[in-house]
Amino acid sequence: MMRSWKPAAHGAWLALLLAAGALAVDTTVLPDPKLQERYEALTHELRCMQCMNNNIADSPVGLASDLRRDVQEQLLAGKSDDEIRASMVRRYGNVILFTPPVKDPSSFWVWLLPALAALGGLLIGVRVVRQRARLVAQDDSPVDAEEPRR
Amino acid sequence: MNRFILPVAVFLGLAALLYIGVRHSPGKNDMPSALIGKPAPAFELPVLGETTRKFSTHEFAGKPWVLNVWGTWCVACREEHEDLMKIAAQKRVPIVGLSYKDDDAAATDWLNQLGNPYTVVAVDKEGRTAINFGVYGAPETFLIDAAGLVQYRLAGPMTPEIWQREFLSRIGGGGPR
Repeated sequence: MMRSWKPAAHGAWLALLLAAGALAVDTTVLPDPKLQERYEALTHELRCMQCMNNNIADSPVGLASDLRRDVQEQLLAGKSDDEIRASMVRRYGNVILFTPPVKDPSSFWVWLLPALAALGGLLIGVRVVRQRARLVAQDDSPVDAEEPRR
Repeated sequence: MNRFILPVAVFLGLAALLYIGVRHSPGKNDMPSALIGKPAPAFELPVLGETTRKFSTHEFAGKPWVLNVWGTWCVACREEHEDLMKIAAQKRVPIVGLSYKDDDAAATDWLNQLGNPYTVVAVDKEGRTAINFGVYGAPETFLIDAAGLVQYRLAGPMTPEIWQREFLSRIGGGGPR
């Protein structure tokens, strides 16, 4: 084991797995429903850096609850969503955002590549279909005529 | 022949992309710190074992220093402890311990039993300072230069090799011999 987190967190993980997601990890309730809404949105779009593919809302590890507390405190202090995101990025980098900025050179390709791949696939598909259509148009002989005689 | 060129080219392109992706995918231990080249977050925290004294980062203004985030609950911290002791014996830079979300008595026991490599241990009971440093596990070790900028961050246990290669090389002639 290279790195560790608090053993309590392991227990929490186990509990989460056993409960199969039936238990909410985060039961925070903010005084204002508007703030609560923003709190839930923000905690769902920030990555739990310890467990990588979890967001901080769903992760039971200590770091996630520390970050949730941080989001909560910033909301109560009147910070905007963008300010809160920026404060997270300042400390943890763009990795902490599940949707990294399009314009940043480090995450630009993340957005562009799938679009390019889809476009490439479409072009290849169109080409193949056209070639097939041309073959059918040229050849109207019965199918077994192509089979070599035995 | 011609009809194979495009699919093969696409395949090779994708294979190259996946290879690069797999080779460079940031594992949990090598995510770059967002703080490199930025000022280290200033903090003032209670000192472990001393009720009246607080440690402030201003104490090291103008000097390079090292921040080591650790906890007695952290297995890899136990793993690096002996190496930290050796590094501390070199007396090149002060090593500040950040007792990360730990029990003070357990932390004190640990240092009494295993030796204390730290110039001072600051207590971050709630993990707030750790968050400001972008800590996502323990141990993590930061190198802060004389200008107060973070020069390097190690996520994972320290080794003499890493100390030599990543820390001493960056400290250069700055620290005491």
